[in-house]
Amino acid sequence: MFRLETAENPQKLRRIAIDPVTRVEGHGKVTLLLDDADRIHQVRLHIVEFRGFEVFIEGRPFWEVPVTVQRLCGICPVSHHLAAVKAMDIIAGYGALPPTAEKLRRLMHYGQVLQSHAVHFFHLASPDLLLGFDSEPTRRNIVGVAQDFPEIAKQGVLLRKYGQEVIRHTAGKRIHGTGAIPGGMNKALAVAERDELRRDIDQMIEWALASVHMVAALHRTKPEFYNHFGEFDSSMMGLVDERGAMDFYHGGLRAVDAAGKPIFDHVDYTTYESVLEEEAKSWSYMKFPHIRALGPEKGWYKVGPLARVQACDFIPSPLADLERKKMMGLGHGKPVMGTLFYHWARLIELLHAAEVIRDLLDDPDILGTDLMADKGERKGEAVGVIEAPRGTLFHHYRVNENDLVTFCNLIVSTTNNNQAMNAAIRSVARTHLDGRVVTEGLLNHIEVAIRAYDPCLSCATHALGQMPLEVDLVDAEGRLVSRGRRNMGPER
Amino acid sequence: MNEYDKFSLDGRPIYFERGQSILEAALAAGVYIPNLCHHPEFKPHGSCKLCTVKVNGRFGSACTIKAMPGQEVASDTPELNGNRRVLLQMLFVEGNHFCPGCEKSGNCKLQALAYDIEMLTPHYRHFYPVREIDATHPDVLLDFNRCIMCELCVRASRDVDGKSVFALAGRGTASHVVVNSPSGKLGDTDFALTDKAASVCPVGAILSKRVGFAVPIGERQYDVDPISAQASARQAEEA
Repeated sequence: MFRLETAENPQKLRRIAIDPVTRVEGHGKVTLLLDDADRIHQVRLHIVEFRGFEVFIEGRPFWEVPVTVQRLCGICPVSHHLAAVKAMDIIAGYGALPPTAEKLRRLMHYGQVLQSHAVHFFHLASPDLLLGFDSEPTRRNIVGVAQDFPEIAKQGVLLRKYGQEVIRHTAGKRIHGTGAIPGGMNKALAVAERDELRRDIDQMIEWALASVHMVAALHRTKPEFYNHFGEFDSSMMGLVDERGAMDFYHGGLRAVDAAGKPIFDHVDYTTYESVLEEEAKSWSYMKFPHIRALGPEKGWYKVGPLARVQACDFIPSPLADLERKKMMGLGHGKPVMGTLFYHWARLIELLHAAEVIRDLLDDPDILGTDLMADKGERKGEAVGVIEAPRGTLFHHYRVNENDLVTFCNLIVSTTNNNQAMNAAIRSVARTHLDGRVVTEGLLNHIEVAIRAYDPCLSCATHALGQMPLEVDLVDAEGRLVSRGRRNMGPER
Repeated sequence: MNEYDKFSLDGRPIYFERGQSILEAALAAGVYIPNLCHHPEFKPHGSCKLCTVKVNGRFGSACTIKAMPGQEVASDTPELNGNRRVLLQMLFVEGNHFCPGCEKSGNCKLQALAYDIEMLTPHYRHFYPVREIDATHPDVLLDFNRCIMCELCVRASRDVDGKSVFALAGRGTASHVVVNSPSGKLGDTDFALTDKAASVCPVGAILSKRVGFAVPIGERQYDVDPISAQASARQAEEA
C-alpha cells in the first residue's frame, strides 16, 4: 500500500473531488480526503470511463485491426495503428519491410509525435505555465494564451497542423487514416507531397527549438519550484535502438532506476510479459503495471518524454541531443525527477521529431514505390510495441487459423504511468495542500501534475472482461453480508 | 433506338430501347436514379426500393417497370429523396454498419448512397443485431453484420456460378442469408474466390481475405466523385 493511497478511517474525513480533471484527453477525477485541520489523508486519481476494445477486437479479421483499434483515440491514433500493424506484419507472415515502407511509417509516426506534443504543450499545458497555476480560471486556456502570447499560440497551432499534414500525406487522412497495412504501406509519397512538407520543415524546427528555450527560460525564473514540484524517485522505461539511442518506432525495452542504473536493457519486446506484470485495483478502471522482478510496491515506473529522454544514451539528432544534455545537466549526474520536467522533455522530443522528419524528407528512399515486404510463414501470435507520444505502447494479439483475432491485450502509455501519476499528485498534495485551506488555485496544482504526463484516459481504459470489480452486499445497518470480487488481486 | 421511344425523367427526355426498364434507360442515358439491389448483369429484383420513382403519378420501382413511350417519371424530388433517406436509415440501423473500421469504406454502395442522399444521422434506434462472421473459407470472409439482403450473391451464385451457395431464409425481420452446406459454413461449400458471387456484394459482407485497406484513401471508388456523378461520367466516357 502506498502512502496517501488509502486513509485509515475515511468515514470521518471531508472529501474534495476535482471532477472532471480538465485539459486532459478522456475523463478522470481526483479525490482528496482531508481532516478538520486540512491535513491530507488520501489522494487518488480515478479513471471513471471505460472502453472495451480488447474484447470487441476479438472475432474480427486481423487485417482490420490496425484501422479499427486506432479509434481508441483521436489524439494519437497513429500510434495504435502502427503498434497493431507491427504485430499484424508478423501474424500475416511478412518479413522485414522495404526501406521505403519503413521510412514512410516512421514519417507518419514522427509526424504524429510532433502534432500530439504540440497539442499537449500549447493547447493543454501552456495556460498553466504561461498564465500561472492560480491565474483566473476562466482565462486559463488556449484562448487566454492566444490573447496574452499570440505568437506562441500561433506557433503551437501551426506546429500541430504541420504534424497533421505529415499524417495526411502518409495515411490518407489527418485522423484515422489507413496508410499502414500488414506487410507494408498502401500509399507512396508523391514528389509534390514531399516538396510541400519540405518547404515548411525548417520553420517547424526553428519554432520547436524556440519552444524548448522558452521552457528552459521559465525554469530559470523559479528553478527550485520547477525542480521539486511533484518530485519523486521512480524507475523509467522506454524503447532504445541497438546503439542505445532514442527511437520512437522500434527498438528494445530499457528500464533504468532512479539513479539512472539499468534494470533491464535491450529486452526483446515480444517477451514483455517476462519483465512486466499488471495489477488491478478496486478504485480505478485502469490497471497498474510494474516491473516483475521488483514487485508491485517497488516495480512501478514512468514512461513518456521524461523517461525516454533520460533512459536513452543519446538522441540521434543534433539540436535535440544538445538540449537533452542541457536539461539533464540540472540533475548533476542523476536523472531529474520533478514532474514539470515532463514539459521540457516533451518539447525536446518535439524538436527531435521535427529534425527526423526533415532527414526523412531529404532521404531519396522516401519517394520509393517498393511498399510491401516478402511474405513467409504465418504466425498465430505477435506483439507490436511502439513509443507513442505518451510512452511505451504494447499491442499483443493471437489470431486463429481462420484469420480471426482470439486474444488482445493492450498496455497503453497512460496505463504504464498510472502509479507515477498517483505518486505525483500525492507529492503535490503533501507539499502544497497539506494543512492549508484548499482553494481553486491549489486544486489546479493537482491538475497541473496530472497534465504534465499528458494522460490519455480514454485509451488507457480499454479493458473489458478483465475489469476489476468488487460488489458488497450490506444490510440496513451497514453490515457486510457478502462480497463478490473479480480480477482484484489479493484482498487488502 | 426509335426517336419516338422516349419518356420524360424529371422533365428531361430519355430515349430508350424496347425492353429496357426505366432504371436501365436512365443509367444508359447518364441520368442517375439511386439503387442498391440492381446489377446490370442480373434480372431485376425490386427489393431495396431505393429506385422507387413516380410514374405518371404512381409509385413504382424503376428497375422493374419497363420504359414506355410518353411516361412522365419523377425521381429527383424532395419527396422521393426523403423516402430514400428513410430507407437508408432503416438499412443502417437494422445491421451493424460501422464504416470507420470497415474495409469496404470508400468502395461501399450503401455508404456512397448515404453520403449522396445526405443521410446525416441514423435517426432510428440501432437494432445492434447479433450476427456471425463466417471465416471458415480460406479466401473469403462473410461478415453478416453488413448484409443488406439485396440477394445479389444469391442470384450470382445460382444464375452465373451454378452453385446456389447462398439463399435467403427466415421471414420479416428474421430474414437472413444462409450458406448451403451441411454445417452452414462457407468453408464446407465449393465456393471459390473467382465465383461471380464473390465480387457482386455492394457492401462489406462478402470480402476477399487479407487484402483489406490495400487501396489508399483518395483512390477508392467513391473518394473523388459521388455515386450519382459517376453514372453520368460513365455514360460520357462510353459516348
